Amino acid sequence: MNTRFAKSLAKRIGFWSLIAVLLIYAVFPFYYAVITSLKPSSALFQVEYWLSSVDFSNYVTIFTQGSFVQAIINSIVVAVSVVAIALLLGITAAYALGRVRFRGRTTVMMIVLGVSMFPQVAVLSGLFEVIRTLNLYNSPGGLILSYTIFTLPFTVWVLTTFMRQLPQELEEAAIMDGATPWITITKVFLPLMWPAMATTGLLAFIAAWNEFLFALTFTLTNEERTVPVAIALISGGSQHELPWGPIMAASVTVTVPLVILVMIFQRRIVSGLTAGAVKG
Amino acid sequence: MTASNSVATHPPSATRRGRRQGTKVRRQRVRAAWLFLVPMLVTLAMVAGWPLLRTFYFSFTDASLADTGGANFIGFENYLGYYQGAWYGLLTDSAWWQSVWNTLFFSVVSVSLEVVFGIIVALILNAEFKGRMLVRAAVLIPWAIPTIVSAKMWAWMLNDQFGIINHLLMLLGLIDAPLAWTADADLSMWAVIIVDVWKTIPFVALLVLAALQMLPRDCYEAAEVDGIHPIKVFFRVTLPLITPALLVAVIFRLLDALRVFDVIYVLTSNSTSTMTMSIYARQQLVEFQDVGYGSAASTLLFLIIALATVIYLYLGRRQLGGEE
Repeated sequence: MNTRFAKSLAKRIGFWSLIAVLLIYAVFPFYYAVITSLKPSSALFQVEYWLSSVDFSNYVTIFTQGSFVQAIINSIVVAVSVVAIALLLGITAAYALGRVRFRGRTTVMMIVLGVSMFPQVAVLSGLFEVIRTLNLYNSPGGLILSYTIFTLPFTVWVLTTFMRQLPQELEEAAIMDGATPWITITKVFLPLMWPAMATTGLLAFIAAWNEFLFALTFTLTNEERTVPVAIALISGGSQHELPWGPIMAASVTVTVPLVILVMIFQRRIVSGLTAGAVKG
Repeated sequence: MTASNSVATHPPSATRRGRRQGTKVRRQRVRAAWLFLVPMLVTLAMVAGWPLLRTFYFSFTDASLADTGGANFIGFENYLGYYQGAWYGLLTDSAWWQSVWNTLFFSVVSVSLEVVFGIIVALILNAEFKGRMLVRAAVLIPWAIPTIVSAKMWAWMLNDQFGIINHLLMLLGLIDAPLAWTADADLSMWAVIIVDVWKTIPFVALLVLAALQMLPRDCYEAAEVDGIHPIKVFFRVTLPLITPALLVAVIFRLLDALRVFDVIYVLTSNSTSTMTMSIYARQQLVEFQDVGYGSAASTLLFLIIALATVIYLYLGRRQLGGEE
């Protein structure tokens, strides 16, 4: 009896220490960034595991100097526009691909999937030319256009998966009443698709918010940069003297909203990710 | 559908009328479907199809970034050429082959580690315990953090003089002197892999967890009754059952890893010991303004990834046309 008790106790201790390791592994880097961002620059080079005092000077620096605020605005403009475009084009395409049987449907699905696998670098020079021809270089428009390359295929794919799961009878009534496909989408499917659209919209938002390569290549001036580029390009007096305090403050500032969103929409994100991959 | 359903109950003339009406509705729906698809297809053609064709074309020219219009056709010279007894071009460039090797090494090592740890994390999260939702949310944090931010965070933690990792390792007595994680040619690739693995374990873990939760309970109960060791159960029962989901996760991650750019660009910049194909191509294209040569590198990268995609499509084809 006693050995069995000891064994189960050991098992439980082992399990909970595993959970503790997992939690530290997942959370510690972010926690450390928060701590660093709340230190005055003089205390930065002293390794500490918790905070002895709170100092907001790094946050004051990034919000008053340079164009970090502008970068946040740019990122919001770009990400929101990309999500709106991807959802609008995505929901109509998903209706066509998910509910209508026609010749060439599989080919279209293949094209969509193929584009989502594109290495971004492979289209860099061609896209650069397109953006310059359209006079969108160094403007949010160029980024909004180029970001559809990874948000649109993903949105179409996931929304099609969700659309297929809805029962057939829904539409039959609408067809009997002589409703046009557009009416069917807006009146029958849209109310049911809101959860799926919220999920895909959120995932597309995160993808657009985090994108780096296009943002780095298609913008030139500080006023047009998005947040990831702005953070990557924060530099100090010399290459070996990076201002870590402000960098961490900027990092925490742009990450906190994402972490909160992920915490709130955890279930939805998981279902969206798995719908995009497992069922796809 | 409606027409065939009415066959049994209606007289022949009504059936014919019904079928005619059905075809009309069907034709209308197919027309609407294409109408809905056109905006999406046009957008994809503009941002993906056309630029890709231009990249292919540029790879056979001497185009420069300042003036992509005034390019001359030079055949395969960007790839391989011969001049006065010496070969030149991308295929003879040792820096390119170094970047190919780096990319493959990075992809294989990081994806393998992600899969192993992803499975372990998924198994932990699949157990029932108090606060499971909270732990699951916490595990998602690395995934939610922008790649640039996670690269910067780790760059600070891995800092050679003031980084907490070196501090910790020295405290534990594992190293005598601080390591230059991102500058040392032997260590920098491992630094990159550490950061990438940290960020993408949640993704793999979630896919595996979704597969685990769909497993039938009864065979586990049977195994428990028979007193089979849990580790044996895992390798004999669980692993074979989650293999399809695992395969999807591996290919998704592999395609991502083969085109890796941002984490390495931020962590080690253009250092040759970690330069991947994407970084090599972008450096040629943007920094050296050599669009022709850079496009040749991009084209080869595209072909490698296309090959991987074809394999994926072949494996996933059954699911793709599933409901037809």
